[in-house]
Amino acid sequence: MAFTTEQEAIMDSIVARYPRKRSAIMPLLHFVQSIYGYVTKDGIEKIAEKIEVEAAEVTAVSTFYTQYKSEPVGEYHVGVCINTLCAVMGGDAIYDSVSDHLGIGNHETTKDGKVSLEKIECNAACDYAPVVMVNWEFFDNQTPQSVRNLVDAARAGNPPAPTRGPKTLRTWKQNSEVLAGLSDGLSGEGVSAGPATLLGLKIAKEGGSK
Amino acid sequence: MTQLTPVLSAHWDEADSFTIEGYQRHGGYKALEKALSMQPDEVIQLVKDSGLRGRGGAGFPTGMKWGFIPQGDNKEHYLVVNADESEPGTCKDMPLLMANPHVLIEGMIIASYAIRANYAFVYVRGEVAHVVRRVQKAIEDAYKAGLLGKNILGKGFDLELVIHIGAGAYICGEETALLDSLEGFRGQPRLRPPFPAIAGLYARPTVVNNVESIASVPAIIANGVEWFQAMGTEKSKGFTLYSLSGHVTNPGQFEAPLGITLRELLELAGGVRAGHQIKFWTPGGSSTPLFTAEHLDVPLDYEGVAAAGSMLGTKALQIFDETTCVVRAALRWSEFYKHESCGKCTPCREGTWWLVQMLHDLEAGKGTEEDLTKLLDLCDNIAGRSFCALADGAVAPIISSLKYFRDEYLAHQRNGGCPFDPIASTTFATVGA
Repeated sequence: MAFTTEQEAIMDSIVARYPRKRSAIMPLLHFVQSIYGYVTKDGIEKIAEKIEVEAAEVTAVSTFYTQYKSEPVGEYHVGVCINTLCAVMGGDAIYDSVSDHLGIGNHETTKDGKVSLEKIECNAACDYAPVVMVNWEFFDNQTPQSVRNLVDAARAGNPPAPTRGPKTLRTWKQNSEVLAGLSDGLSGEGVSAGPATLLGLKIAKEGGSK
Repeated sequence: MTQLTPVLSAHWDEADSFTIEGYQRHGGYKALEKALSMQPDEVIQLVKDSGLRGRGGAGFPTGMKWGFIPQGDNKEHYLVVNADESEPGTCKDMPLLMANPHVLIEGMIIASYAIRANYAFVYVRGEVAHVVRRVQKAIEDAYKAGLLGKNILGKGFDLELVIHIGAGAYICGEETALLDSLEGFRGQPRLRPPFPAIAGLYARPTVVNNVESIASVPAIIANGVEWFQAMGTEKSKGFTLYSLSGHVTNPGQFEAPLGITLRELLELAGGVRAGHQIKFWTPGGSSTPLFTAEHLDVPLDYEGVAAAGSMLGTKALQIFDETTCVVRAALRWSEFYKHESCGKCTPCREGTWWLVQMLHDLEAGKGTEEDLTKLLDLCDNIAGRSFCALADGAVAPIISSLKYFRDEYLAHQRNGGCPFDPIASTTFATVGA
């Protein structure tokens, strides 16, 4: 499948961000995922052409990083944090529950292509444990029931909004475009900070401060 | 009782705290004007004098790092901000960037001016789409306001600032792996020397700083060295973000002077969750040796934590109560390090697999007392024998948990399996799932 003129132009603009072309490899891989949902052979070859390296070099980079997928994932990619703190706080139970509920395991996708599941490592939101990420948006303070509800709603085409993120949950491909460094105009949506982030400030304002 | 000192977090509770208008309403970018009217070397000296130390884990003096960049060398210099926050338990930089990305950008412009860099990068981990949006928009708005690009504020300084988004690799939080990743390679650590200050990005002199370190600079420039030094302890100056998570009544971010204790922070957080007691905790992420209830009064500054046998790290205080199995915790962290080992150095690549296998058996009650000796011997052959600190981090939870809870490891063998109920540790233990 050929890339459109517009896609080629975007790829050129990504390359132009950097003093050296090769640095553009990661955003270009995210961009390829925004088109296909995963890193395709065509995508690898196009990136190699753009940054003037061998395709094998691009593959080597692509396979190093866990966010680049070698096969399609769901429209809603659900990552359950199972690093120690989240696991202990309920992440293990959440993962088992949602895996049973969907009938899929780690790195698998439902037959309708709607939801895929992944065990993820610490996602820098430990004060909101247990944490689930969908298409790399924060879903804080989850329970097995809340995540079962979440995936059911996602499969029905009506996923809930992230806890700290845009008003509506974007698809995997749409968010891959954000990760390629392309604006979707949604930065103004959502809260500045969640309640745990603000806890110290709130206490300080109530008199715990100098 | 130590008082909280919200500086970075002072305005996070405002609905538009992340916008340029919200930032400028509270004096945002005024420190930049001040810095650009100083000589670059004066800026470096001021940051040195403040005593600011790296907030990303190692605690290296920030101004000294800037001072290592050779000047007059006719080479390009680079500033790279490490926003790849991935150390388990660490959750301060992502909320900071979501709530106020402009403070980082202002700090980056000041730092770039000081080290004479005309190109700067912020490497944000890839698993945080909304943080990426906020940083991206802040950069766009800073360009529009003439704060980035050519001839910034008419002072003749040029800076291009680019956001680079990662793709899920903990190792890229290690500064030389991050540089390889930014150059478009697999993110694997480099042998040092040469250090990045001499041969960093594209083999050019490069400063790599943590988000919080750079974000602290505008306040120091604006308020001065004395103001900053009035907070903290003798060798650990200033304010910092402490992140409390786990079995506490109210987890969250607390901005306080360096040297506050966990006992004080727990009081602010409403204590350990009702009906339970603290069992073990990390002072600065999973790579820092565990502490227990006997360490509640350790001053949480660089020296205090080190003297007690651990590291301040990222100030990620993960609290675990008596319902938590320490063997399970050590196993899960080991699985993390195994997953994240980049594979470059044999002791780490192979050793972390061995650690996981042994801990699996121990957790399942299939280990023996001799296995504990073997486990420690294995740790001894992993730590300090690799290019970077991932390997050292991997053994920290194991060695420290064995130090304080050796009998719990043996109890698994006596019990023929784990004696703990994992559901009792969850947030939904009492309300049901």
